[in-house]
Amino acid sequence: MSKLNSKIPEGSVDKKWTDYKNHVKLVNPANKRSIDIIVVGTGLAGSSAAASLAEMGYSVKAFCFQDSPRRAHSIAAQGGINAAKNYQNDGDSTYRLFYDTIKGGDYRAREANVHRLAEVSANIIDQCVAQGVPFARDYGGLLDNRSFGGTQVQRTFYAAGQTGQQLLLGAYSALSRQIALGKVKMYNRHEMLDVVVVGGKARGIIARNLVTGEIERHSAHAVLLCSGGYGNVFFLSTNAMGSNVTAAWKAHKRGAFFGNPCFTQIHPTCIPVSGDHQSKLTLMSESLRNDGRIWVPKKKEDAVAIQQGKKLGKDIAEDDRDYYLERRYPAFGNLVPRDVASRAAKERCDAGFGVNATGQAVFLDYAAAIERYGKIEANKHNMTNPTPEQIRAMGKDVVKEKYGNLFDMYKQITGEDPYETPMKIYPAVHYTMGGLWVDYELMTTIPGCYALGEANFSDHGANRLGASALMQGLADGYFVIPYTIGNYLADDIRTGKIPTNTPEFDAAEKAVKDQINFFVNNKGTKSVDYFHKRLGKIMWDKCGMARNEKGLKEAIQEIRQLREEFWKEVRVPGSNDEFNPELEKAGRVADFLELGELMCMDALTREESCGGHFREESQTEEGEAKRDDNRFSFVSAWEYKPDIKDEVLHKEELKFEEIKVVARSYK
Amino acid sequence: MKLNLKIWRQKNREDKGKMVDYSIDHVSPDMSFLEMLDVLNEQLINKGDDPIAFDHDCREGICGMCSLFINGRAHGPNYGVTTCQLHMRSFKDGDTIFIEPWRAQAFPVIKDLAVDRSAFDRVIQAGGYVSANTGGAQDANCLPVPKENADKAFAAATCIGCGACVATCKNGSAMLFVSAKVSQLALLPQGKAEAQQRVLNMVAQMDAEGFGNCSNTGACEIECPKGISLENIARMNREFMKASILSEK
Repeated sequence: MSKLNSKIPEGSVDKKWTDYKNHVKLVNPANKRSIDIIVVGTGLAGSSAAASLAEMGYSVKAFCFQDSPRRAHSIAAQGGINAAKNYQNDGDSTYRLFYDTIKGGDYRAREANVHRLAEVSANIIDQCVAQGVPFARDYGGLLDNRSFGGTQVQRTFYAAGQTGQQLLLGAYSALSRQIALGKVKMYNRHEMLDVVVVGGKARGIIARNLVTGEIERHSAHAVLLCSGGYGNVFFLSTNAMGSNVTAAWKAHKRGAFFGNPCFTQIHPTCIPVSGDHQSKLTLMSESLRNDGRIWVPKKKEDAVAIQQGKKLGKDIAEDDRDYYLERRYPAFGNLVPRDVASRAAKERCDAGFGVNATGQAVFLDYAAAIERYGKIEANKHNMTNPTPEQIRAMGKDVVKEKYGNLFDMYKQITGEDPYETPMKIYPAVHYTMGGLWVDYELMTTIPGCYALGEANFSDHGANRLGASALMQGLADGYFVIPYTIGNYLADDIRTGKIPTNTPEFDAAEKAVKDQINFFVNNKGTKSVDYFHKRLGKIMWDKCGMARNEKGLKEAIQEIRQLREEFWKEVRVPGSNDEFNPELEKAGRVADFLELGELMCMDALTREESCGGHFREESQTEEGEAKRDDNRFSFVSAWEYKPDIKDEVLHKEELKFEEIKVVARSYK
Repeated sequence: MKLNLKIWRQKNREDKGKMVDYSIDHVSPDMSFLEMLDVLNEQLINKGDDPIAFDHDCREGICGMCSLFINGRAHGPNYGVTTCQLHMRSFKDGDTIFIEPWRAQAFPVIKDLAVDRSAFDRVIQAGGYVSANTGGAQDANCLPVPKENADKAFAAATCIGCGACVATCKNGSAMLFVSAKVSQLALLPQGKAEAQQRVLNMVAQMDAEGFGNCSNTGACEIECPKGISLENIARMNREFMKASILSEK
């Protein structure tokens, strides 16, 4: 019998959340004051949860490794946030957002969770506006929307290309207010290094003060992990440099199952790698695909000439260009979902048609859009015989208005002017749908330990839709955890303060200190980054956009060897009692080296293609992903064992009662 | 290209600190400035030396964690970019580059190039919010905001809190940072109820943190990577004046 109990309430999918809220246990205000909650991470999920729980009366301690809670990587989200408000009167509804999210996730997400997400989506917008988040507005002063990611309605709220920043600063301001009121104690520049489990329940954490190096014990009645995704296991990703899996991984090692670790989102429109020095990749908003056309040369010799710098994109005649997305997917064209667009780019580049020195890039071309917009402008201004130069100039102005900040960013990074020459893009790791397995209440398999936002696995299935990450982070923090946590804490009102002078805290602290002492005393020969880069290359080559049995088996062996080498040869300069970024990185990479193996094991087990997970053995004759609902309609939940290879797979069957499961087609 | 670097090294807050010379070869023009420092650090680690500490995180110009005074200018020679977006093609072979931390009384050095900017957090805690508890909000469209105000509020809200304004100001003033938040909320109907207390409390906290006064030089606006306008300082001054006269407290 499986150990997994997802605790999904009875009843029809649209009644579950309402019924749950009506019957969930409550904690009275006087008792809330004597209950402590730890929140790890201050992105959208963490900040919103910490602020909301403190407003309700709980005593909260929040931790972030950055110098301020406002720096969390939610801040970098560009496009927008979905909500089923139907302000545009275009037929949107809770059900449609629910349906789109399940379908977009390739039928690998839980119906009940996703429906709840769609239900609370509208409240998120209300809450953010009340906080003073300056969303884009129309001339009547009402909120504006745009369409996103191939859906048929306009449900995305946005603040220029900085929606994540504005939402995070909104949550940060709510958090700041609670800090000022003394309801949240904030620990900046602190990193959680272990979860402490007492009597089978999460009762605290061990954290390191990153400035002084001091190891601290913090106790609480519940621990919330809001620590984001693990895309940096690939070394190169669009994540921030500090984004890491350590908090989630430590919880995993203490008993929290890891859900769908192999589900990784590779975003199609990123700026390609420029050399070995590359430290991270930069995303260009998906909205660029609305007007840009993606292509590579039709002829191999043209591609080779471009790779050698002998030709430029604009030298290739129109007939010699292969607009491969338009060719393969006439119905959606350049607007196919992220996973489909990414794989198609890889397929062309692997076949030798890439368009930069490394052969790992495709063109994203605005010449046609500039001309099209220019002609529209000429018509608007009643110009009868505009010259091509006039058309281009007017078209450029329109494109500048819509995408100027992105074009500037591209030029800043590459030194090329995208108004004059096609941009080069390539897919990059962007988001991880997998994460700690949680039940309907967002609790992991450790009682009292919760996971919110990207850190959990729950709502996006095998592929996340655009503008849904912000929605999920804030839904979890503002509107889900404030209800569900009471159901657990109601039984803790007589527990009293959790002491930190117990053997469990002693043991956890000792393990943390031992590892740190090992690192600073190990006289190795190689830097932490050396190992991280090698791990990233293995993951990208063998557990990236396309995976196969042989590659995955090799990757597992290579990662095991690399891990062994790491523990022998890693060199960490400096000491443990100072500000020491290399020491921080060493701990994180140690955890990535374990996670990477589990991801490959998970990918190996899942012998189907779904969403971001593409197994080469499971494809149609045209090379499209082939799902296998008979064998793989489940969530993988891995139970830790002291050797990763011994981890045990538990399966949570997915039941689709509302939505008919069909093959995803974008042809 | 080959570069000579003069970098501020300071072991901790108490240490006096000094400039140290380094040289680095084979720098690609496509590297970002921080990637150049990564390469230098890798070399230092391999030699058994202590790498240079500096703050950074998103490396796409939005988190506000990176800093650095480069050749005497916050975030380096280019306009409208943070250090993480500055690329080495902005420098020439053989250049000597001076790299220093933010220098301001309210931003003590933690180590080398990393400074403590928690004063900014405390200024926000003093009032940079709308007191709206989760759950009680009305429908978002019940509150129309004229587009012009919404756009101005947004422009002020794009501040990333990096501290370049403070580091650039000869007085170490945080007026641009504080006024951006005051302006954002003063321009929106949601922020009106608490406007008076907000500006008084935030300015008081700003002074308590040891930030200097504004003498209208305007260097902050020029060096701000997000182009936050001086208009915000004027608006904060008006708000402050109004609140000082009208406030009953």
